[in-house]
Amino acid sequence: MSKRRSDWESRPQARVRRWFYKGFLALDDEIAEKISSPPPPRFDYEEALEAQQAAIDSRQHERSIAIERLDQHNLLVWMRTRGRKAISRLYVALALVLGLMMMVFLLETVALMPRFGDPATPGANEVSARYIEKGLDETGAVNIVAGMILDYRAFDTLGESTVLFIAASAVLILLRIDHDKEGNPAQELIAAESDDRHYEPRDDRILQGSAMVLTPIILLYGIYIILNGHLSPGGGFSGGAIVSAGLILYLVAFGFEKAGRFFTTKTFTWVSFFSLSFYALAKAYAFYMGANGLPSGIPLGTPGAILSSGLIMPLNIAVGMVVACTMYIFYALFRKGGL
Amino acid sequence: MNFVHIALLGMLIICSLAVALTRNLLTSLIVYMAYSLIMAVIWMFLESPDLAITEAAVGAGITSVLFFVTLKKIHAIKGDSEHEQAQK
Amino acid sequence: MLQLLYENLEQTVSVILFGIGFTILLLQRNLIRKIIGLNIMDTAIYLFLASMGYISGRKAPIVVDGVTEVAAYINPIPAGLVLTGIVVSVSFTGILLALTVRLYRRYQTLDIDVIALLAKGEDA
Repeated sequence: MSKRRSDWESRPQARVRRWFYKGFLALDDEIAEKISSPPPPRFDYEEALEAQQAAIDSRQHERSIAIERLDQHNLLVWMRTRGRKAISRLYVALALVLGLMMMVFLLETVALMPRFGDPATPGANEVSARYIEKGLDETGAVNIVAGMILDYRAFDTLGESTVLFIAASAVLILLRIDHDKEGNPAQELIAAESDDRHYEPRDDRILQGSAMVLTPIILLYGIYIILNGHLSPGGGFSGGAIVSAGLILYLVAFGFEKAGRFFTTKTFTWVSFFSLSFYALAKAYAFYMGANGLPSGIPLGTPGAILSSGLIMPLNIAVGMVVACTMYIFYALFRKGGL
Repeated sequence: MNFVHIALLGMLIICSLAVALTRNLLTSLIVYMAYSLIMAVIWMFLESPDLAITEAAVGAGITSVLFFVTLKKIHAIKGDSEHEQAQK
Repeated sequence: MLQLLYENLEQTVSVILFGIGFTILLLQRNLIRKIIGLNIMDTAIYLFLASMGYISGRKAPIVVDGVTEVAAYINPIPAGLVLTGIVVSVSFTGILLALTVRLYRRYQTLDIDVIALLAKGEDA
């Protein structure tokens, strides 16, 4: 007996054939629907062409523009009906081939790399030997990585704090919604957020109860990690992220009114400015003293104590404050468009 | 190079494939949080506790919170009762 | 060659993840999934970098009991590089998500092909 058509339709060969000829049906139809529904183009091409035909010597330039727009219109029409499917199919195939080829080439390179965990790798050269042997004496930090990024390579950390500051500025430009002089929000706020006006919390008992218990613990833990950056794993960045997590929990549970009591725009501006300036000035002093061969006047202390390792603890505090403020302002800008 | 280490590395590849192949946007976001957490554990296997703390706090914490707030802004979280009422 | 790849297992997995993240970035149409693909590429490269610093048998670079020989600790330099990279990655993700929110407000969709066509239709 012959098989039914539905038996054939569900087989893998039929599926591949259907994909090849018709594409991802649902998505293509959805896109075609979205494209065909917007309003008709504002520019009437045939009329513009006739008008240019009538005044051809004085309007030569505009005539050429009108012809170019007619071509674009024809291109759009072709893309909607037939070109789209062929191009998107070709694009998918090429992207998969490119990804696979890149993976294969990189795997060949990995096979030629030095063995994992080999003590004689070329990466473990005299630079890291110097950092490990003399790190404790010259920087006073028990955590060699923290001593490295805040003393030997402090310039990289300054660049990274600058990148964080630039990112905060860019997100401020993109997402802040200004108020005009009477304090009313701008038109954008009303238009864009018409169904997201619930910035204030709904007085959720569970959330507020757990935030009352958890926020002091999280803030204390974050401050501990920042202060102990030179003695144990951690440092400015992770401590700052944890402090900002505690502040965001407080903001989510209790609302913008209560959080605005201690964290305003002025707080963010002055804290970021002072932290970054302090970092730059401290490192400028260290560079100046080091370049002229003078010993820096800051004592190193005994390794293992909190107040040791010279400038590393104040720098950790500065970096931690910048990171905490930046992450908090990211969240507030996304949520409300301001503080 | 014990079995747990190899299993975690395999889970990384499975998580990154799952991000691409699920339909729901919220699901792929939660799988990304799990990916970040597994990466933080693998840093510990490579004897770098600084990186583990930073990746756990930043990757599975701050980046995921920002993604969730973005999803809220683009109304991609289903079951939001105010949104459905406002649309009526 | 498979034996060589198995010995460098972290680097192999990191390269595979880089390829997967790159393909997600190229093929997915949703903007949020593209950003997740970019983050996967970033963390794959950090895994590659940090695995260059590991030396078997030695401990994390925190001085214990005043022992400061080279033969007792792993290489600390790649850890410093990756720490900078993680912070740059999170700030970049923040900017991209802000751009996504603005694009959604303007075009009411997240599909990159539809946005490109609508933007081109406006310019004409």
